Amino acid sequence: MSEAKPALKPAGRGRNLELSEELKAYKGVWVFIEHERGHAHSVSWELLGEGRKLADQLGSPLCGVVLGGPDENLDEFAKEAHTFGADHVYIMRDTVLNGYRNEPFTKGLTDLVNKYKPEIVLLGATSQGRDLAGSVATTLLTGLTADCTELAIDPNTRALAATRPTFGGSLLCTIMTLAYRPQMATIRPRVMAMPRADAERTGTVSEDALGLIETNIVTKLLDFIADANSNKINLPYADVIVSGGKGLKNPDNFKLVFDLARVLGGEVGATRPCVQAGWVEADRQVGQTGKTVRPKLYIAAGISGAIQHRVGMEASDVIVAINTDPNAPIFDFAHYGIVGNAMQVLPALTQAFQAHIDQRIKRVA
Amino acid sequence: MSKKDFDVIVVGAGPSGNAAAYTAAKAGLKVLQIERGEYPGSKNVQGAILYADALERIIPDFRDDAPLERHIIEQRMWVLDDASFVGSHFRSEDYNKPPYNRYTIIRAQFDKWFSSKVREAGALLICETTVQELIMDGSEVVGVRCDREAGDVFADVVILADGVNSTLARKAGFHGEIKANNVALAVKEILFMPEELIQQRFNIKDEEGVVIEMVGKITDGMMGTGFLYTNKDSLTIGIGCMLSDFKKNENKTSPYTLLEQLKQHPSVAPLIQGGEMKEYCAHLIPEGGFFAVPKVYGNGWMIVGDSGGFVNAVHREGSNLAMTTGRLAAETVINAKAAGKEFNESTLKAYQKALDESFVMKDLKKYRDMPKVFHENPQFFTTYPELLNKAARTMVTVDNIDKKTKEREIFSSFKTARTFSGLVGDAFKLWRAFR
Amino acid sequence: MHIVVCIKQVPDSAQIRVHPVTNTIMRQGVPAIVNPYDLFSLEEALRLKDKFGGKVTVICMGPPQAEEALRKCVSFGADDAVLVTDRAFAGADTLATSYALAAAIRKLNSEQKVDMVFTGKQTIDGDTAQVGPGIAKRMGLQLLTYVSRIVETDLEAGTITVERRGEGGVQILKTALPCLITMLENTNEMRFASLPSMIHAAAYQVRKWNKDDAGIEDISKIGLKGSPTVVSRVFGPTPRSEKAEMVNLEASSLRDISLNLLQSIFTVHPTLEQDLVEKFSA
Repeated sequence: MSEAKPALKPAGRGRNLELSEELKAYKGVWVFIEHERGHAHSVSWELLGEGRKLADQLGSPLCGVVLGGPDENLDEFAKEAHTFGADHVYIMRDTVLNGYRNEPFTKGLTDLVNKYKPEIVLLGATSQGRDLAGSVATTLLTGLTADCTELAIDPNTRALAATRPTFGGSLLCTIMTLAYRPQMATIRPRVMAMPRADAERTGTVSEDALGLIETNIVTKLLDFIADANSNKINLPYADVIVSGGKGLKNPDNFKLVFDLARVLGGEVGATRPCVQAGWVEADRQVGQTGKTVRPKLYIAAGISGAIQHRVGMEASDVIVAINTDPNAPIFDFAHYGIVGNAMQVLPALTQAFQAHIDQRIKRVA
Repeated sequence: MSKKDFDVIVVGAGPSGNAAAYTAAKAGLKVLQIERGEYPGSKNVQGAILYADALERIIPDFRDDAPLERHIIEQRMWVLDDASFVGSHFRSEDYNKPPYNRYTIIRAQFDKWFSSKVREAGALLICETTVQELIMDGSEVVGVRCDREAGDVFADVVILADGVNSTLARKAGFHGEIKANNVALAVKEILFMPEELIQQRFNIKDEEGVVIEMVGKITDGMMGTGFLYTNKDSLTIGIGCMLSDFKKNENKTSPYTLLEQLKQHPSVAPLIQGGEMKEYCAHLIPEGGFFAVPKVYGNGWMIVGDSGGFVNAVHREGSNLAMTTGRLAAETVINAKAAGKEFNESTLKAYQKALDESFVMKDLKKYRDMPKVFHENPQFFTTYPELLNKAARTMVTVDNIDKKTKEREIFSSFKTARTFSGLVGDAFKLWRAFR
Repeated sequence: MHIVVCIKQVPDSAQIRVHPVTNTIMRQGVPAIVNPYDLFSLEEALRLKDKFGGKVTVICMGPPQAEEALRKCVSFGADDAVLVTDRAFAGADTLATSYALAAAIRKLNSEQKVDMVFTGKQTIDGDTAQVGPGIAKRMGLQLLTYVSRIVETDLEAGTITVERRGEGGVQILKTALPCLITMLENTNEMRFASLPSMIHAAAYQVRKWNKDDAGIEDISKIGLKGSPTVVSRVFGPTPRSEKAEMVNLEASSLRDISLNLLQSIFTVHPTLEQDLVEKFSA
């Protein structure tokens, strides 16, 4: 149990808000490209899209970082990263990087940071990303802001202004790491929009060695058990979501939510109280402590619109709210509102949608 | 000598329970206080006036750190008609001379503070634990049974401070069911308002406060009262009526509807305009008065606070009676222990004696007929407010009519409404009720 | 066996509201609770104690009132409770917090060897999930986050095998003790405290450590001074300018309303209609 060795000692005593000359030399916006068994996590591309904007404002390069095993398709990921805006991709290839583990990945990313000195490092707020970000930030003794909903460059200091919800989403706060580098941030999947890929775009790659051997790594990855696909709920990437809240009164009424979702080819979401009451699986929870979603259409039935739920879905293109209470906060930010009983409105909407789509299909056919 | 874990177990951490636990612990007794809510005060609701005298006798220096909102310097009594009121105000600079006599408080914060004092005094407090029944040894209460594993705990005396919905004493057979005409159902809202605005509207400065008590048409013919209190940066507005009246009411008016109507009354609405609702709650208040107070002591047990019906509805005093009865009960135990006596019925009778000698029973006794009188005479809540308001309007309006004619008009309106014998009867009833 | 569980006392964020006038957090009257995620970790630690014997110490870095939260943990079965409290810790971000807690846990380790450290997955007020990884890094502990199940603990061999939730599946990881674990939510259910435990906890003397007791060596690493992140602004979410277009239920039948609503949505978002039609024609 020893104290971790810091990579760089920050200048001065006391609360330091001045960036030292040495740290001013840090350049580049990095995005950690997360992947698992052959597939890159979309959040990596969402962050490249956002990173591109930051890099352009700073006049810095945008780089991807991908770590993995020799048999994994890291080169493909690099190419894909280029199409999403990365100028350069750093690759680390080693057998011990086959499958995520904290120790080798932390060493890999930390070494790259110390060698190439980026000013900003972004990671997806996934279980892998958060595990890694916390360890890397502590090793580098730098600032890390989690679950950001907005990133911007402060024109005066050229520093990253990371905005995130606090107190369960009731308030927002903007956080900056002024005197330390790199500035690290994690962002949840679907908070940033997926950028357009430019298939023509190319970039550079480079490779570095990890310098760790398996026998020196204490934690062993024995196995990976994939989730059964049949029951896979993919809420964050659904285009249509019909969500239910406690206003539905009892779990049986969720059937009406499922019916409407089926007709629309969408997913079913729920508020935290419903999940806590055991009405639906935890994977369906939308909100501050659940999933962030940005579907084209979000229908909220019997949901009051408390801030903890709102922050998880307010980026939806169209929000339709159904609630018996005309003063429900959800009507403040929904696009369409129906003051009525969801138990009556949902079946009516289901019928109407079904009829409309059937008609349209007939016309097309 | 049966087994014992504590000297005293206090059931409930509201004002009466805290007063009892504090007093007993301060005197060195081993006290366990059991509260069923998540934290002390979570199950409590009060209009929120603190009567300093009662608390001073328990914690003399409470003003040092207790969370107090405003000290009251003005009391307004309003009798409301549909769109008017006749009122009397009392405001005095004397009330601005410390130590202050009454304060508005926010219950959640106050109970938290009081409870911290109780623990500082050495009592042990456990929350989220419900006492399910009293453990009896023959006719003697020897402990309580709680809803947790290994939930039996024993003491010399159990003080029941478990509020208006108390079931423990009833389950043990100490008294009967609460009758619907012995309780009122009251609802209140706390409305947010900037300090400066409150001060402007109510003609107060700094930490001065105003209390408005209201009767009249606002209770839809039912027996009840409304109130409006000024806190530091919020207002408390509420209304309550006898539960039995709500049940009988033809319009099936709910307490919430009454509150909404009160808020919209033309004399009230301008005062609360711009206020943002922060909290809404409802509670039962004992209103039975003297005749509804059950037996409050026995072999190894005593009852304090709302669960003993210790509320003076006429003067809207409840928390001071709660704290006083809590203190008196604890003092009874302390004295008995010092004298080496057994904690049986004849020893604890001293509690009843102390109650009778205090303002608690004296006031309840004085107003013992009030509940019945008002309950059986709804004209006090409908006809008289109307008549009073009309009379005031007649006299105050300046027109061509001479004053003598106006007077006659007023008298005849009263006579028409109530008949002469009715008027005499009403006056007599009021006199009897108040004497 | 000695397990240390780090907890935090937080305002119950489900009950927090924003002051309608000043736009700040209204903390008064909001009950403070043990961070709910910490309870899953505590329960797991208590289960290990039930199985292997030993001791569970709960530790918290916080203001004096956090003592209540520690007491609650004692009522559930923790054997010892330490409150690390000092003005100097105020304003700490996650880096400074992990520094302070790591120092304090090292102190506990010098009293009795620590085999495992548990923290909650994240807090409901900070939501960062960074302190657990931070402590692990500083203390050189093997880090296991998002653990959904402890498969096997071998105290003799000093190893532990766990299931860890990743994207799309579960990793089986085996590592050496001492380690730091953060438990996933809903992996267990906290036991009910018995009455004797409640009374014991009410009377328990929580140990209080200031920065010296906690073994802090470098005060520039704690509190505000030791925090690289700076909060530059706190604000309420801006209300949207246009409110919802309200559909009047009384005006016509539910069926008509549904059709009209559909028309509105599809007029504004023609691609949505197109996508749905394509999807169902296929």
